[in-house]
Amino acid sequence: MSYPEKYKYAKSHEWLAVEGETGTVGITDYAQDSLGDIVFVELPKVGQEIEAGSTFGSVESVKAVSDLYSPATGTVTEINESLNDAPETINTAANETWLIKLTLCSRLPSMRSLWRKRLGTKTFCKPTLATMKPSRRWATRGCG
Amino acid sequence: MTSTETLSPLRRTALHATHHAHKARMVDFGGWDMPVQYRGLIDEHMAVRTGVGVFDVSHMGDIQLRGPSSLAAVQKLLMNDASKLAVGQAHYSAMLYPNGTFVDDVVLHKLGDNDYLIVINAGTREKDVAWVRSVIGNMTGVHVNDFSDYYTQLAIQGPKAEATLQKLTGVDLRPIKNYWFTWGTVCGCHNVLIARTGYTGEDGFEIYIPSDEPTSARVWGEVLAAGEEFGIMPCGLGARNTLRLEAAMALYGHEISDTINVLETHLTRYCKLDKGTDFVGREALLKIQADGGPARKLVALEMVERGIGRDGYPVTTVGGEKIGEVTSGSPSPFLKKNIALAYVPLAYTDVGTEVGVEVRGQVVKAVVVTMPFYRRPKIGAAPITAPLS
Repeated sequence: MSYPEKYKYAKSHEWLAVEGETGTVGITDYAQDSLGDIVFVELPKVGQEIEAGSTFGSVESVKAVSDLYSPATGTVTEINESLNDAPETINTAANETWLIKLTLCSRLPSMRSLWRKRLGTKTFCKPTLATMKPSRRWATRGCG
Repeated sequence: MTSTETLSPLRRTALHATHHAHKARMVDFGGWDMPVQYRGLIDEHMAVRTGVGVFDVSHMGDIQLRGPSSLAAVQKLLMNDASKLAVGQAHYSAMLYPNGTFVDDVVLHKLGDNDYLIVINAGTREKDVAWVRSVIGNMTGVHVNDFSDYYTQLAIQGPKAEATLQKLTGVDLRPIKNYWFTWGTVCGCHNVLIARTGYTGEDGFEIYIPSDEPTSARVWGEVLAAGEEFGIMPCGLGARNTLRLEAAMALYGHEISDTINVLETHLTRYCKLDKGTDFVGREALLKIQADGGPARKLVALEMVERGIGRDGYPVTTVGGEKIGEVTSGSPSPFLKKNIALAYVPLAYTDVGTEVGVEVRGQVVKAVVVTMPFYRRPKIGAAPITAPLS
């Protein structure tokens, strides 16, 4: 599991790359590993304004649904449409697979509370079959 | 006086350390620390559909009923007709509450003329054992034993299950028909119950071996080695769930529960109201039938639009009016569609009926399809039928 230095990380396990006014968002290697085989990605529309800390879409594996939380405030300029057909790319290369690009809002530095430089796995809920609330983050279903 | 409360630790099967050695991802399942997946759910699922997979299902419970009244006890306790079973035969059945809803679904094995083995679910084990004892009450001539902790139960499932297990036993497996069983030496263990049963919709076997750790780990290892040439994979509860869902097999707490009666389910052919003896729940079911039958039924849904209907999501009319609920829903790794089981009013049960599934606030179109979603291909002349269809 690697966390490239060039990214900033949200507690909710998204990464953000900042280049000038453009922010690029993906999910961490830990997030993809926790989810398992990713089969579905729901992304916002180009032009949509999203706020730091709010949901902008979801990622679904066979077992789990996870909301995506934006690590920054801005306007969506591009979405990675290749994920419609090949969502599993996130499993093979989470750090290189971006989900959306944003024109960042200047409020960015004030959102410090969202950042974490390194992610301890302890802050992350493990999926449990006992919690049968599908809309909850990382919740999974019962089986067997 | 003071009382101390301690969190009861998760229960472990004899293969717990083995699962950790395999780097399985473990989850709490009904109070058990069980592997949900090893290398990946989809790979494990596909291994069972196309080759072979092995599951640790030792968390399942085993209740034995013995004695001259054991048939009478089983007939009172379970909805299927146990008098039809021959020695060496098993069938799907269920224990019901007096109102016709489910205590649990079970597989009943007739070990001998006065000797039955009921295999029950893990999450309902204590409740089930207590229920069996209360229903049997002071009936004479029957003895109830909870043997759950004495067996490590392995499910070897897939079109290559027979070839895999055959390498580990001198018993000729070919004549064992679906839902029949025998005993024999497996991996050097004598008198192992070998049943052609499973919960995957695929051909396969379940074996019951001694539950001591060294034996369990050794047999597990030998099964994996025997299946290597067929690409065997250790499989977790995640794949077990998607496999059973494709085959439309019920899961307690989802398709069946203490708020769902038998007549609403797809399991009515296992409920013998006219078997000649009364059983717990029968009267209530007869009354429901006399009053015009159930108002809702379980249907199979396939998502038409993009979106995955999951457990608990509302089922709606195309217009968005709520009419029911998804009991189990998931992407289907083998069919590569998004599938779901759901209870809906009778008016929406015909194959081809369009409905909606509310996926996080958005109504996504789905259609009622034939149940089960997946039926395994028949092999040669073997009299194999899907156990639940």
